[in-house]
Amino acid sequence: MAQPNLTDPKSVSAFSPPFANYQLDAAFDEMFATGGTPRIQYQALYHRLLELVPSELKQRQQTADVAFLNQGITFTVYGHDAGTEKIFPYDLLPRIITSDEWETIERGLKQRITALNLFLKDLYHDEKILKDGLIPRELVYSCKHYRREMRGLRVRKDIYVSVVGTDLVRLNDGQFAVLEDNLRVPSGVSYMLANRQVMKKVFPGLFGSYNVRPIDHYGQALLATLRAMAPANRPDPTIVLLTPGVFNSAYYEHTFLARQMGIELVEGRDLIVHDNVVYMRTTAGLRRVDVIYRRIDDDFIDPLAFRPDSILGVPGLFNAYRAGNVALANAIGTGVADDKAMYAYVPQIIKYYLGEDPIIPNVETYLLDDDTQRQHVLDNLDKLVVKAVGESGGYGMLIGPHSTAVEREEFRRRIIADPRNYIAQPTLALSRAPCFIEGQVEARHVDLRPYILYGDQATIVPGGLTRVALKRGSLVVNSSQGGGSKDTWVLF
Amino acid sequence: MLSRVADSLYWMSRYLERVEHTARLLDLTLNQALDQSPDVARQRWQLTLASLRSPEPETLEAYPVTQFLTFDTQNKDSLVSCIMAARENARQIREQISSEMWEQLNHLYLEVRSADINSIYAQPHGFYGPIKSAAHMFQGITDSTLMRNEGWHFIQLGRSIERASATATLLDVHLRSLLNLPEQTSRGQDYISYVALLKSCTSFEAYCQTYTADLRPERIAEFLLLNSELPRSVRFAVDSAQSSLEALAKLSGARKIGRSQRLAGKLRATLDYAQVDEIIADDIHSFLQNVQRQCSLIHTAIHQQYIAYSVDTAMVA
Repeated sequence: MAQPNLTDPKSVSAFSPPFANYQLDAAFDEMFATGGTPRIQYQALYHRLLELVPSELKQRQQTADVAFLNQGITFTVYGHDAGTEKIFPYDLLPRIITSDEWETIERGLKQRITALNLFLKDLYHDEKILKDGLIPRELVYSCKHYRREMRGLRVRKDIYVSVVGTDLVRLNDGQFAVLEDNLRVPSGVSYMLANRQVMKKVFPGLFGSYNVRPIDHYGQALLATLRAMAPANRPDPTIVLLTPGVFNSAYYEHTFLARQMGIELVEGRDLIVHDNVVYMRTTAGLRRVDVIYRRIDDDFIDPLAFRPDSILGVPGLFNAYRAGNVALANAIGTGVADDKAMYAYVPQIIKYYLGEDPIIPNVETYLLDDDTQRQHVLDNLDKLVVKAVGESGGYGMLIGPHSTAVEREEFRRRIIADPRNYIAQPTLALSRAPCFIEGQVEARHVDLRPYILYGDQATIVPGGLTRVALKRGSLVVNSSQGGGSKDTWVLF
Repeated sequence: MLSRVADSLYWMSRYLERVEHTARLLDLTLNQALDQSPDVARQRWQLTLASLRSPEPETLEAYPVTQFLTFDTQNKDSLVSCIMAARENARQIREQISSEMWEQLNHLYLEVRSADINSIYAQPHGFYGPIKSAAHMFQGITDSTLMRNEGWHFIQLGRSIERASATATLLDVHLRSLLNLPEQTSRGQDYISYVALLKSCTSFEAYCQTYTADLRPERIAEFLLLNSELPRSVRFAVDSAQSSLEALAKLSGARKIGRSQRLAGKLRATLDYAQVDEIIADDIHSFLQNVQRQCSLIHTAIHQQYIAYSVDTAMVA
């Protein structure tokens, strides 16, 4: 094993153990600059890794895994037996973001959420942006998450989206770009917080030596955001978190957040609506509910207003909402703005409402109901990524370079049958970060999902969920598809 | 507190009490079998099954019965089924209990799920002992980490009602055979049965301290049924249930005495003023049957009062 020379990092080959399998290519590497020199923010971590014997690393990974399993920090995988629990794989090594990088991310995301809230208000009221012809009406009305029922309904303080998780990727030149906005019920924030807890147990010394911004106040910030939504005549509001229940894949997160905020975790069956007021059933009788942080999709939230076969929701909730007796976060119908085809218009939306250029760019996106763009995509299916517009979680997706001819044929058929339902993007080489894989440090593709809160003002807890595609070469970071996560350090 | 949460806390606690009781009975029965002829051992298994209100399986051989009562997930009263049910209830309300409680329960679950009959049968005590400890540990953790609010009282209730009912059943099953023993039965066999009964309630040492090691069925009955200081006695459990119901009524601001409170108060008074010789002279079997029936009525009353009340009655109040 090469001895590191601490005064001159260049003298240490990037490929000394445990980095023997570490590969650099065109993708942006979070840890190493071109030529294999560790970036400044990664140097302390790099040297620490050279000092650690592999068995020690392994032992720390086990400590971390046991901590997750014992705490029951698990998610449920759909398509398996109901209730199959898995731990969300945790990678030991932190992803480090400098103060400068964060400053841009923070400004860019605040700009984006402000514009998207204005956009939603406009869509459900005056439709100025449609009248001005910036966005085709068909695109809005054909979106399956557009809710006609929300037309003309005033939501509290005009806040449609209170909680957002925006997926960022890093392009080859190191610039961050937005890959996806999640404006409905974004999840994963509990893993961001749990990862930090575990990190502090597993690498206390290293963590302490870095000047990392704290994230532990997320629960309080979320609570303040929800409190700001309460109906005006309810000065001491009762806030609850509405979960679909224990079989939901994010159930752990629902319990975690309810506990962090000190609010009740309720299921649909705990709530009843009487005279357009929402109550929860308690041991001391019925108690009025003012704000609902709902983790149930629009479709399932009220069987009287939306899907009648839903048993997860609360009959009459939408009427209580319409009457202004209860606030929902996020509002109903926000999905129209995170539709993957609408995404392509977000830069124009920002320009239209704020008169500013987007601080964080979009990824180039082809809209398939446009004839020329569709033809280009159909000719290049083996190079592009195709996504269904209304899906999330990495389902309904074709990654051209990793696909078979049969899969491409299938997508070609589907695109021609329903072009509005798909978009295509270039296959991005997501940036890569060092991960601890079977006793070695190897590079894996990562993305970043910071969480933005929008109440009386926009706040972002400095950090996010860095998701990792743990399979070598894979670009899919979703937990349902073999992804893991790592702690994300934003430095002062 | 949400009614659904109260319900889950109650059942979590009830199932864990059942886990501890079942683990202890299995541990004892397997240990006793070492001193018993196959016929006596089979009778002993019959007693154990009846004490757990379990249906009798086709065979009474130790191995399959142990499997049935421990690992059979088709049997909803098996040890593993009860641990799974307790955990499932806890999982649905895990933000309401402390992380320490959840981790302890989850740990117990992971332990038993990784074992099977073959891995434990050679040394059953090495398996059942830690389960009992884990259940005790859970109570200790609850005791030192949980707020003394409604949730706490529903946990106490679940445990007390389960315990009162299980101890009454156990006594009923055992006393029926012990009080009717023919005079000439060997003292040795007698002694083993008495000790087994007391140990089934972890009360052997306590009995010796109270009455000396002179084991007599009527004293055992008095001890396990009416003693006010023994945590495993029926009276102690009913006292505790009644106190929890009083506290709950206060916390939920009820203005009149609910049915569950009234039933528990009545049962408590019965046990407070009962005398063992009168009970035996009268009919101990029907007395114990009545205790079990009362426990189940209290259970139903709690459910109707706090959990599944109708919306109309709540709106009027």
